[in-house]
Amino acid sequence: MPPIDGWPAVLAAGPRLTWDLHRDLHQLLQYPFMRHAFVAGAVAAVMCGAIGWFAVLRGETYAAHTLAVVAFPGASGAVFLGLAPLVGYFAFAVAGAGLIAWLSPPGSGQRERHSATVGAVQAMALALGFWFVSLYRGFLSSLSGFLFGSFLAVTRGDVIVLAVTAAAALGVLAVLGRPLFFASVDARVAEAAGVPVRAVSLVYLVLLGCAVAEASQFTGVLLVLALLVVPAATASALTARPAAGVALSVAFALVTVWAGLAAAYFTDRPVGFWVTSVGFGGYVLARGSAAVRTGWGRRVVVA
Amino acid sequence: MTALAGAWAGPLSQDFFRQAFAAGTAAAVAAGLVGSFLVLRNQVFAADALSHVAFTGGLAALALGFAARTGVFGATVAVAVLLAVLGGRARLGDVVTGVVFTWLLGLGVLFLSVFTSSKATGNGAGAVRVLFGSIFGIDSATAARTAWIAAAVVAVMLFVGRPLLFASIDPRVAEARGVPVRVLNVVFLVAAGVMVAQLVQVVGALLLLGLVATPAATAHRLTDRPWRAVGASVAIAVATVWAGLWLSYARPSLPPSSGIIAVGFVGWLAVEAGARRRVYGGGRPATGEERP
Repeated sequence: MPPIDGWPAVLAAGPRLTWDLHRDLHQLLQYPFMRHAFVAGAVAAVMCGAIGWFAVLRGETYAAHTLAVVAFPGASGAVFLGLAPLVGYFAFAVAGAGLIAWLSPPGSGQRERHSATVGAVQAMALALGFWFVSLYRGFLSSLSGFLFGSFLAVTRGDVIVLAVTAAAALGVLAVLGRPLFFASVDARVAEAAGVPVRAVSLVYLVLLGCAVAEASQFTGVLLVLALLVVPAATASALTARPAAGVALSVAFALVTVWAGLAAAYFTDRPVGFWVTSVGFGGYVLARGSAAVRTGWGRRVVVA
Repeated sequence: MTALAGAWAGPLSQDFFRQAFAAGTAAAVAAGLVGSFLVLRNQVFAADALSHVAFTGGLAALALGFAARTGVFGATVAVAVLLAVLGGRARLGDVVTGVVFTWLLGLGVLFLSVFTSSKATGNGAGAVRVLFGSIFGIDSATAARTAWIAAAVVAVMLFVGRPLLFASIDPRVAEARGVPVRVLNVVFLVAAGVMVAQLVQVVGALLLLGLVATPAATAHRLTDRPWRAVGASVAIAVATVWAGLWLSYARPSLPPSSGIIAVGFVGWLAVEAGARRRVYGGGRPATGEERP
């Protein structure tokens, strides 16, 4: 695209999008950090697409957002202690999942308190993160990246860690899939049929924590829903069938990550902005087409 | 009693602490009241989303050359109306909230990058200010404005309180009895939006969530009666703010927002643990009815 008047000069000096697809791809993948970002982005997208579909089904959107925010003190605490931020992300996201599962009142009639529980845990996590930041002033300069994402920091080691975690989490999800689906659709009947509903939701929240830790590498902790919930909500607006839904959700997450990374690379605008915009555009299109197909005013699929 | 008075005499002789105390108390009353209804309506996420939208609005205004305050109020109220209308008759779905707010926050990131590259402030220091605020850094005019806005929000909430409670607990029956449920949805979320817009600028999104969610969660754990829970929520929010402010005055390395939230969280954990002992001590009771 041509540089627009008033945009910073760095745009003119940076990579240019041309009509030659081959050259564009070459430009896009010429640096190792971009190749790492694309591979790691694909790994995170597959994981988030599958796990996020269940998050939409179970109404755990707010929990997903909160687990991401919980990862923030993890990352800042790890930097404060001189560890890799990735360690902090995973440790705190998984611990936060356990805390939410433990503090959520038992019984399915307590949705209200569940939302309040999640909010209170999130507030505490933010308070802790802010305290770490204020203890270690130098961290402030990279705060924006932690909150809103950057793809420059992904190293080869990170890619391996992300891939191994994703493989493990997807394996667990494959085993857990059927009881989880049962428990999500009708918790009471599932419990009566012998499904350990509380244990299943604990394991699911831990999986959600892992997915959030992966997604926040690209989107930052404040925008993880762009990978976890937006593609899944788009898929749920198009089909109610579980297998098709999960597959579509994974596909949308992949498209979102790759398109977002490429757009951010060529425009020098933040990756967080592109990832959320691509996802939101797809969601609006899907809801629009679902509304057209089912006739205006009649709601068949709720997402 | 004299020891208590003595402990407060030092901090209250300082200007910045008096202003933080006044603004914090007003914020706590409004947040405790609104938060109690948010918990009852399962809309805590909406308040959280509105506080992030305030961030986008503020940055958009700065990027376009307006005062940040204009953008914060405009964006928050507009999105509050949007969410209330999209939510329609049903209560607001978390998924819609999440999708909309994530995109708006993404727009905020774009404005942040425009703003920081044109103004060369860099490092997202503005973002940090909007997100985390500083209750110890406000002047007396801001404290007074916060108190007036909080009073207005409380007045609106008290005015619509009864029908809103009815509509929150059972929207279908309320609608059948002629309660204007849709109008109440909009009025409530706009009131919440105005409160969020002011408090985000004064105390930051972080402390806002701590004041909205934690005291209300504690109060609803203490009692099942709605009006008592509302009163308890306001009282707990005010007590939390006072204790947290005093704590962070006594320990300057602790940021005030972190101190206030830590106090609230510990209190909530204690109440939660106590309630569980009561519940499980007497055998497992029947849990509430599942929502339709």
